[in-house]
Amino acid sequence: MKDRFNLYRMASPATFYPFAGAMIPYFAAVSVVFGLAGLYLGMLVAPTDFQQGEGYRIIFIHVPASWMSMFIYLVMAFWAAIGLAFNTRLSGMMAQALAPTGALMAVLSLWTGALWGKPMWGAWWVWDARLTSELILLFLYIGYMALTAAIDDARRADKAGGLLLLVGVVNVPIIYFSVKWWNTLHQGSSINLAKSSMATTMLWGMLLMAMCFWMYSIAIALMRVRTIMLERERHTDWVKALLTEGGK
Amino acid sequence: MIHWNSFSDFLAMGGYGFYVWGSFGLTVLIMVIEPIVVAHTRKTTIARLKRQLRAEHRNTAE
Amino acid sequence: MFKIIAAVIGRDLKLAMRRQADIVSALFFFVIVVSLFPLGVGPEPDLLRKLAPGVLWVAALLSTMLSLPRLFADDHRDGTLEQLALAPHPLGLVVTGKVIAHWLVSGLPLALIAPILGIQFDLSNDALIVLTFAILLGTPALSGIGAIGAALTLGLRGGGVLLSLLVLPLYIPVLIFGAGAVDATVAGLGGEGHLSLLAALTFASIGFAPWASAAALKIALE
Repeated sequence: MKDRFNLYRMASPATFYPFAGAMIPYFAAVSVVFGLAGLYLGMLVAPTDFQQGEGYRIIFIHVPASWMSMFIYLVMAFWAAIGLAFNTRLSGMMAQALAPTGALMAVLSLWTGALWGKPMWGAWWVWDARLTSELILLFLYIGYMALTAAIDDARRADKAGGLLLLVGVVNVPIIYFSVKWWNTLHQGSSINLAKSSMATTMLWGMLLMAMCFWMYSIAIALMRVRTIMLERERHTDWVKALLTEGGK
Repeated sequence: MIHWNSFSDFLAMGGYGFYVWGSFGLTVLIMVIEPIVVAHTRKTTIARLKRQLRAEHRNTAE
Repeated sequence: MFKIIAAVIGRDLKLAMRRQADIVSALFFFVIVVSLFPLGVGPEPDLLRKLAPGVLWVAALLSTMLSLPRLFADDHRDGTLEQLALAPHPLGLVVTGKVIAHWLVSGLPLALIAPILGIQFDLSNDALIVLTFAILLGTPALSGIGAIGAALTLGLRGGGVLLSLLVLPLYIPVLIFGAGAVDATVAGLGGEGHLSLLAALTFASIGFAPWASAAALKIALE
């Protein structure tokens, strides 16, 4: 295992597969540590919010989930660009491995947004710019997953999905801007999801939970990509060897 | 250091318990079910690929 | 460069004229969908007037979606598309021509019918003018962005619905500014801001979308 960490070798599924497998437990463990720390700070230590009472504590889920949903989309688009530019197989697999987790983060963001909104503003859903943009992001995720699922040829699926991601990533700022514009015109008082000044413990709790979600996402994506690799590369020697030896 | 006076206060979350725990609830659900599903997919994929490999072997052995 | 685009437009229009039924049905779809809304929400004039820009725009989006698969599917089926892809001229220019031709037979008719439907919703004259202009200005963007979706889903099962799933989120800015222009006019604020943004979207789409679409075609044709 003391091979030089070479980016080109890592691009080969045969090399990346065991590496990813070795990394998963570390990311999972780090995620748990961050999660416990974040929850301790956020749920047990952080004070009551002056305006929102204890209900604000939802931000320890809502904000990390929103950040991750957007970040994962960007990472997917990054892998799409790499895949289209260098014709690497692994990039496409990585993008497909990330998609379900990103979509779940978007769902979590919307769900927690609704649970936050109901006690605060009296409605399960408000068409504020950020929640609406999050909903559209979910649509983009679902579109990507639907497209890649509809294409039988794996390489075409990767490339078509990749192109869709690049088009999407360019459109996300445009969509966000237009939704913001739409929102300010149609609403009297703007509902402010932004918190005024945050207590340090609140901020740290949020950041720690964000790290927890990030590490979790990486762990899950690595798990998923390994399965995708086995499926895609099933005709190669290394996969056949793996399957016949009954190994992991 | 701990903000709460009692465990029941903690659960109640100042009256917002339903919303806060509803949020954490879905989070926990996702973070438990997603890994299980991914692991399960992996197992079934490996089983299917092994079956296909054995079938190929049988065919080429003839 | 323009010769290629003009030639493609000419060809596509000629082909479209042989299938006038398709064009007319998409147009009637627009009319029917728009007419459904008052049936759904009630005939009260104030409500309808407020809903009109949004309803007309959404119906325009849906009607465009209906006609998008035709953009490449016919040529793909008889092998012309592959020939076009192999030809020496840049595929992006060919797609630009197709997008413009598509707009001429789908977006332009929508813009011409929209004011009549707007009267059904009791929109003021100012609003009708802005509405027509907005749809005229915005539908090329719909054709352009739609071309990307049509190229990505070329030959796939579940094509039409999948296409809608991919393209409708990308249509949202056009919808917002298009309907917003009319709303702003009705509110007395003037629709210029919205219309300029709409124009920007259209120019950007016509400028860039055909190239993304050409890339998607190459992926689909491999």
